[in-house]
Amino acid sequence: MIALQNISKWYGDFQVLKDCSATVDKGQVVVVCGPSGSGKSTLIKCVNGLEAVQQGQIQVDGQEVTSKKTNLTALRSRIGMVFQHFELYPHMTVLENLCLAQEKVLKRSRDEAVSKAEMLIKRVGISEHINKHPSQLSGGQQQRVAIARSLAMDPIAMLFDEPTSALDPEMINEVLDVMVELAKEGMTMMVVTHEMGFAKKVADRVVFMDEGAIVENRPTDDFFGNPESDRARDFLSKILNH
Amino acid sequence: MNYNWNWAVLLEEEYLQWLISGLGWTVSVALCGWVIAMTVGCLVGVGRTVPNRWIRLVCTCYVELFRNIPLLVQMFIWYFAIPELVPDDIGRWMKRDMPNPEFVTAVVALGLYTASRVAEQVRAGIETVPVGLKSAATAHGLSTYQSYRYIQLPISFRLIVPPMTSEFLTVFKNSSLALTIGLLELTAQSQQIAEYTFQGFEAFTAATIIYVFIALIVTALMHLLERHTAIPGFVGKDS
Amino acid sequence: MGEFDFSVITNSLPFLGQGLMLSLWLTLLSIIGGIVLGTLLALARLSGFAPLSLTAAAYVNLIRSVPLILVIFWFYFLVPLALGRPIGSFYSALIAFVLFEAAYYSEIMRAGIQSVRKGQVHAGQSTGLNYWQIQRYVVLPQAFRNMIPILVTQGIILFQDTSLVFVVSLRDFMTASSIVARTEGRLVEMYLFAALVYFVICFSGSLYVRRLNKRMAT
Repeated sequence: MIALQNISKWYGDFQVLKDCSATVDKGQVVVVCGPSGSGKSTLIKCVNGLEAVQQGQIQVDGQEVTSKKTNLTALRSRIGMVFQHFELYPHMTVLENLCLAQEKVLKRSRDEAVSKAEMLIKRVGISEHINKHPSQLSGGQQQRVAIARSLAMDPIAMLFDEPTSALDPEMINEVLDVMVELAKEGMTMMVVTHEMGFAKKVADRVVFMDEGAIVENRPTDDFFGNPESDRARDFLSKILNH
Repeated sequence: MNYNWNWAVLLEEEYLQWLISGLGWTVSVALCGWVIAMTVGCLVGVGRTVPNRWIRLVCTCYVELFRNIPLLVQMFIWYFAIPELVPDDIGRWMKRDMPNPEFVTAVVALGLYTASRVAEQVRAGIETVPVGLKSAATAHGLSTYQSYRYIQLPISFRLIVPPMTSEFLTVFKNSSLALTIGLLELTAQSQQIAEYTFQGFEAFTAATIIYVFIALIVTALMHLLERHTAIPGFVGKDS
Repeated sequence: MGEFDFSVITNSLPFLGQGLMLSLWLTLLSIIGGIVLGTLLALARLSGFAPLSLTAAAYVNLIRSVPLILVIFWFYFLVPLALGRPIGSFYSALIAFVLFEAAYYSEIMRAGIQSVRKGQVHAGQSTGLNYWQIQRYVVLPQAFRNMIPILVTQGIILFQDTSLVFVVSLRDFMTASSIVARTEGRLVEMYLFAALVYFVICFSGSLYVRRLNKRMAT
């Protein structure tokens, strides 16, 4: 479904991604972790072309993201993405946030878009807030709206860029629960996160990054049971010890 | 479009002299006005931040009065109304004996008007000095005066160099309003050349180019000042 | 000069009122035109397409270097020449104001657009919205909202600027006051009255801006 082949990226002289390769098969959940500044957020933003790469190839559903011929806008509409800071549109209500792209990109009718939105908002458990503005919701609620907004596009895969790292601790679980449910329904997911509990529970593979390079890319149990590299061992001991 | 080009008209001695003399007046009015604007503006701007509420009130009134009346109206009031409103002998002197009345009026009107805008920049600059620094100054036993003199003013003056650049440019542009009371500065001269020669295109182009040059020179000078006074690691301008 | 005579004002109120209406009308149309053109200039400047952004930057910097009076003179001279026929002082002035103010509005809108976080653009892109849809539905509405106080402040400045049509004798409030002042020989009263009217309008405007700022801060 998603294939990254030898991608490299520079900001000026600084190389943020070094020859990274990874794949996510249909129905798989892959967790990307690593210390901050390791390039994991940049990596996931390359998957739907929000960040350009200078070398290497990226395929999503058989289409070349890096090729100029690909209609990137159309491809993006089929890949959902959830951001660290939610990025709900602050000037629109929850309902309008969910309807905008449905109507403007998928050309659904207003009624269709609204009923889809209502169904998804109910599913993430915030029906009573559907006519509020994002600023009136808690962080956890906002992130659940953001997930629903992506799902409204009927995506073939979902990208999560540190979806819980801007949340207060007591709100993390309500968002993770929604994600676990999605994973169990067979959604293809690529998730950048520090939540190792989530990784252990649903991930098929774990990709560990450090200094722009992919250091480990292994089945979940192997990664946690027996990390190969010192850097991964070091990272896990720091993150799991409290 | 039916138009007879004649760029050579600008080099004819008479018209060239008009332009040069216009430029001279523009620069004189702007620079003299700027001296007044900086002096009054800094005093009023600081006055809006001091603890004494009466000083604050007077300075706030000054700013609101001068920035909410168009400069053109102010210019007319200084030129036509003030000589009638002051005591008779001063008024008579202003009307009869004051040298260069158009120039003096333009400088005063432009200077006091611009002062209200400068004051706002100065106030904003002082208000962006972090509260912690003011507390630190007080905690070290500095008096209010010393806190302004050694901490708040040196920091805020560096912060406001970029907005001051644009105010300084505005003074040159606004000096053109002096033409409404009969001072033949650059814009007036170009208009006059256009009327005398029917070569409006050439005349206005010349004036435009001169104004652009003034802007370039002013901007370059202020950049130099900015680089000279920058505090390392302190946010000085919005990037 | 003897006593003040304020009856000259009451006697010419209809004439002055007409002038004020023209000032307000010119202000309103110039604000709308200036914001529309200014927004396009800001988008061009931020487009990342060098020929477009350099042209827009050159235009903005050129206009910001020259006095408004010179721009008014330019268009009084140019517009009839370009169109081959006179279109009246009002429209010449309007064109001059829109083209002049657009340069200032474009700087405001540019700051407004840059105040919208990059993540908002990413969110729009990730759901497949195209460039214009993102600008239209996501970025510009937020940019406008963030900039409303500054846009209104610029509107007040523009209203003051309209007094400069005096130099081409278009009958706005300033020109009307001046005509009354001269024909009646009452310069002091008329110019003080003009100052008062401008002050009341502009000061109310700036009080409104202060309230907007307070409301947005909460």
